[in-house]
Amino acid sequence: MAVGKPREIDRPGAHTWRARLGRAAIIAVATAFAACLLVVPLCAVFAQALAKGWEAYFEAFGSSDTHAAIRLTLITALIVVPLNTIFGIAAAYAIARFEFRGKSVLTTLIELPFAVSPVISGLVYVLLFGAQGWFGVWLQEHDISIVFALPGIILATLFVTFPYVARELIPLLQILGAEEEEAAISLGAGPWMTFFRVTLPKIRWGVIYGVILCNARAMGEFGAVSVVSGHIRGLTTTMPLHVEILYNEYDFVGAFAVASLLSLLALLTLVIKTAIELRSGYRR
Amino acid sequence: MASIAAPRIAEFRFREDSILPGFGLTFGFSLVYLALIVLIPLAALTLHALGASFADIWRILTQPRVLASFRLSFGASLLAASINAVFGLLLAWSLTRYEFPGRRLLDALVDLPFAMPTAVSGIALATVFSGNGWIGRWLEPLGFKVAYTWVGVTVALTLIGLPFVVRTLQPALLAVPPEVEDAAESLGASRFYTFRRVILPAVLPAWATGFALAFGRAVGEYGSVIFIAGNLPMKTEITPLLIVISLEQYDYRAASVIGFGMLVISFFLLLLINLLQAWQRRRSGRRR
Repeated sequence: MAVGKPREIDRPGAHTWRARLGRAAIIAVATAFAACLLVVPLCAVFAQALAKGWEAYFEAFGSSDTHAAIRLTLITALIVVPLNTIFGIAAAYAIARFEFRGKSVLTTLIELPFAVSPVISGLVYVLLFGAQGWFGVWLQEHDISIVFALPGIILATLFVTFPYVARELIPLLQILGAEEEEAAISLGAGPWMTFFRVTLPKIRWGVIYGVILCNARAMGEFGAVSVVSGHIRGLTTTMPLHVEILYNEYDFVGAFAVASLLSLLALLTLVIKTAIELRSGYRR
Repeated sequence: MASIAAPRIAEFRFREDSILPGFGLTFGFSLVYLALIVLIPLAALTLHALGASFADIWRILTQPRVLASFRLSFGASLLAASINAVFGLLLAWSLTRYEFPGRRLLDALVDLPFAMPTAVSGIALATVFSGNGWIGRWLEPLGFKVAYTWVGVTVALTLIGLPFVVRTLQPALLAVPPEVEDAAESLGASRFYTFRRVILPAVLPAWATGFALAFGRAVGEYGSVIFIAGNLPMKTEITPLLIVISLEQYDYRAASVIGFGMLVISFFLLLLINLLQAWQRRRSGRRR
């Protein structure tokens, strides 16, 4: 995140041996802590996945259940991310461009899903659409399944990834100001033209930033999806749920092989995120 | 609203005038979508939970197994957020104030718990900290059993809370004007004294915000904990797991009551965090 100029090294007295020692100690402790908690588990994922060699690793991707899990994860992300992106842009536009009553309440409500446990994000949909839920009987009569099926997984994922794009764009649009849009409108551009030719190009880095974070969470969500999925092998298991099933069956190579794919996705997300920060100077 | 003669003061105005188009569309869509995905489902949970009698709610929330899970969830979350407060400060300090090889890489890696699926962190931690794991095998002979104990729960919650503390502290540390530090030192304060009396008070609200965010996330965390926790009833069961277990037993009532209890706590934490952020804005004298 913060780039800035490191401040300690050009302070007076920074080159005395005491200052150097203190600096080295702080850096060592901080780095060791991060290494134990972040780097070691990450390496462990790949080490475990390759514990029985590359052949076993690639074999783990041969099963049809794994294929189904990857497909379901991709479908979910393909539906969830565009929906939440459209919402994020709309909400940011309304909040950053207009003054209206209850604006701060609306902003807080948008961030609400972050404060809620993922398990609760799944639970709410079970209470609405589950067999004993409010609409359970009606749905059964009409032969519609939401919980323990794709719609439930999509709803739960929508809930958990709800704020990602909006909370990137709200502060960004506020900082950028409305002068250019006002100029475009007063010069006769239509609303859609103003949006696509002025507003959207201005916030494109913020949109991409929000989208990749939203996507990472959508593909990786476990708690909320686990509650609504029903864990039907090959049907309603996303990749994280498939990891759990394989792990609980002591198929460690299989579990960590799928986990290594998800880890690569996480690393890719961080690389794109860092690249955006370096290239565009955009950061939250 | 366009009545010319009407006195301005008495007029209720929902929004200020603007020449920009699109308020109705974007505001309307946002509100409907918010209601459908977030508000109505959360209201359903509230109504479902409050459909039980007060005696029932009390009975569910005071079952020994539920109380034990509260103790573990809150205790471990508090401990994890405290560990993060200490080490997160060291990390944020190192990343913003020092130059050392690998600083950029470390900075990017701090976000790993955000990007990494929790189930993956969960199985990775369980493997690393188990008795024959990379770190566990060094701790076990010293008498520290991590995996399948409350210590393991704390480790997992520390992992997922770390970015919150570091990311809220970094901008606050950068916002401390160098002049006040120079002033303190030119008046004879030692480096540590300057840190304690000048820098720390300036970043205190951000520090507290990071702590509260890490704590809030930890209380609700599920995926990264259940693999390393062992999930022994009364011993290493976290509260979100109890909700899942209730649902698996088709006990919707218990699930919704426990869920509602957690929701109330999240609301209070959210309120607290908003207050802390307002405090931070006042102290640093600028908007985010």
